[in-house]
Amino acid sequence: MGVAVVTAGKVPVSYVLRRLTQTVLVLWAAFTLSFVILYLLPGDAVLTKLGSAEGGITADPEELAAIRAEYGMDEPVLVQYLDRLFAALTGDFGTSVTTGETATHMVVSALPSTLAIAVPALVLAIVIGGGVALLGTYTRQRWLGQLLLSLPPLGISLPPFWVGLLLIQLFSFELRLLPAMGAEGISSVILPSVTLALPVGAIVAQVLAKSLATQQAQPYVDVVAAKGASRVRVHIGHVLRNAAVPALTLAGVVTGNLLAGSVVTETVFSRDGIGRVTADAVTAQDIPVVQAVIVLAAAVFVLINLIVDLVYPVLDPRIAHTPAAGPAKERIHA
Amino acid sequence: MPDTVIGSARSRGRNRPLWHAPGLVLSLFVLVIVVSWALVPNWWTTHDPVTGVPAERLLGPSSAHLFGTDETGRDVFARVVHGAALSLQATVIAVLVALVAGSLLGLVAGYRGGWADSAIMRVVDVLLAIPSILLSLALVTALGFGTTNVAIAVGVSRIADFARLMRAETLRVRSSVYVEAARVSGLRWPGVLTRHVLPNAFGPVLVLGVLTFGTAVLEVSALSFLGFGAMPPAPEWGSLVSSGRGFLATAWWLTTFPGLAIAAVVLAGNRVARAIDRETEHQ
Repeated sequence: MGVAVVTAGKVPVSYVLRRLTQTVLVLWAAFTLSFVILYLLPGDAVLTKLGSAEGGITADPEELAAIRAEYGMDEPVLVQYLDRLFAALTGDFGTSVTTGETATHMVVSALPSTLAIAVPALVLAIVIGGGVALLGTYTRQRWLGQLLLSLPPLGISLPPFWVGLLLIQLFSFELRLLPAMGAEGISSVILPSVTLALPVGAIVAQVLAKSLATQQAQPYVDVVAAKGASRVRVHIGHVLRNAAVPALTLAGVVTGNLLAGSVVTETVFSRDGIGRVTADAVTAQDIPVVQAVIVLAAAVFVLINLIVDLVYPVLDPRIAHTPAAGPAKERIHA
Repeated sequence: MPDTVIGSARSRGRNRPLWHAPGLVLSLFVLVIVVSWALVPNWWTTHDPVTGVPAERLLGPSSAHLFGTDETGRDVFARVVHGAALSLQATVIAVLVALVAGSLLGLVAGYRGGWADSAIMRVVDVLLAIPSILLSLALVTALGFGTTNVAIAVGVSRIADFARLMRAETLRVRSSVYVEAARVSGLRWPGVLTRHVLPNAFGPVLVLGVLTFGTAVLEVSALSFLGFGAMPPAPEWGSLVSSGRGFLATAWWLTTFPGLAIAAVVLAGNRVARAIDRETEHQ
């Protein structure tokens, strides 16, 4: 494939520009959607919350008007929208109504704590999910294959918050091996990471197993086997190699799932992090913080998809960038 | 569950009597039981789900209290049975919101084309870019808490899937020869949509609805676990798990059994959905 990689693997500049524009547009739309949901949908219900969070119940119309003015809500909707959009461009999503900190600072400072469980969870998900898929499609023992490949649907069906609580019961209270909560030392990372890894690993296993099964049915497998390659070599060197590249388009979904899963996981294990900040912000109806998290999640998703789309043709030179080729998520959800 | 093997099982699963798939039979059985919990809870338990017996606090599972009792002496089994109505209702609302709103958007996008199509599909792109639970959380922030709002929020976060499917189906039917024939014979577009597009797209959309059922149960219960669903003492499944959190060390049954109910329903729903999906794929 050597020569082909160099010539066909180049990404045309026009394609890069088009994908960049697309990315920016989706981000802008994500901001707009979150603005519509959070600032326009409820009207005075949220305004009352904003007021009561500042102290006192504000049923009195004069006070309501004062709060409206303070948050710029007496302006026409379009002015409010543009104000917030330009502020967001500079990374300013407003001030949290509960802590008084900027929403951006709250989210950014919570990031390391979430990464501390999300990175091990990702590694676990890939190793175990990938292992299950590889072994499940490799084995010739029918019962073993069926057993292994029935695990991903099981993993997707279990409520993560329940799994986390069962793990606490078993490992913290029965066996007294690991702490049930907190963030001190490596041992406190293990249970949250496992909890977070379960649904993600299940998705990785499911998609990879399907991709592997598709590749196993290709004629080249028989050719390689006929030429004398061992089964392991066929499976790892050829089938996996071809199956892994399509599975790469899952990267954006996996990252999104890790971020989304942190909400429940960090609540179950009483850990700080983006998920906890989100859950607390929703409880307090702290709109600026919720919006910052939503836009961050969308940004991470579109950026990862952008990177995958740009790297994809280098890894798989058969993919040509014709105008018909859609963004990565077209392939994931198809 | 012998039919869970990806790919190779496709051909074996066809045209076999139901009892050859014990996993599927068990799943249907679970769903029938849970639906009967929701419809006629009094067939299953005589205990009061809201008022407890103070003398019977935190008792372990026994024949009198199948799932044990909680810190105020309420029977946990009675709470799970009575909670089925709340949780299933929320799930059904969520699936309906996603199905109806998504299908309408997809229909308009596919049928109108042009700028309407572009605008709707860009919104769908954005909905797909935000993890569904975060999107539901944003909606719950705006709409306020409660079972119905949680259900609507979960439904809205699933609109994108239905819109994409319906759009694809509409485009497929639209370009077919018989629709062209119907157009030439003078049938207007509204007629084409109701007489040809909708009946043809209904099958796949319904399958997606069943597939969404499991995810919707999980998301509704996650949001109610986080405390955004029904107010206590309403026995919603997610909040049952959450309220047992304080007794993990002493009363394992408080979290284990309600969670088991959620897991069983999701597993059963997904198993049935896979079977329906496989059946319709053959047609």
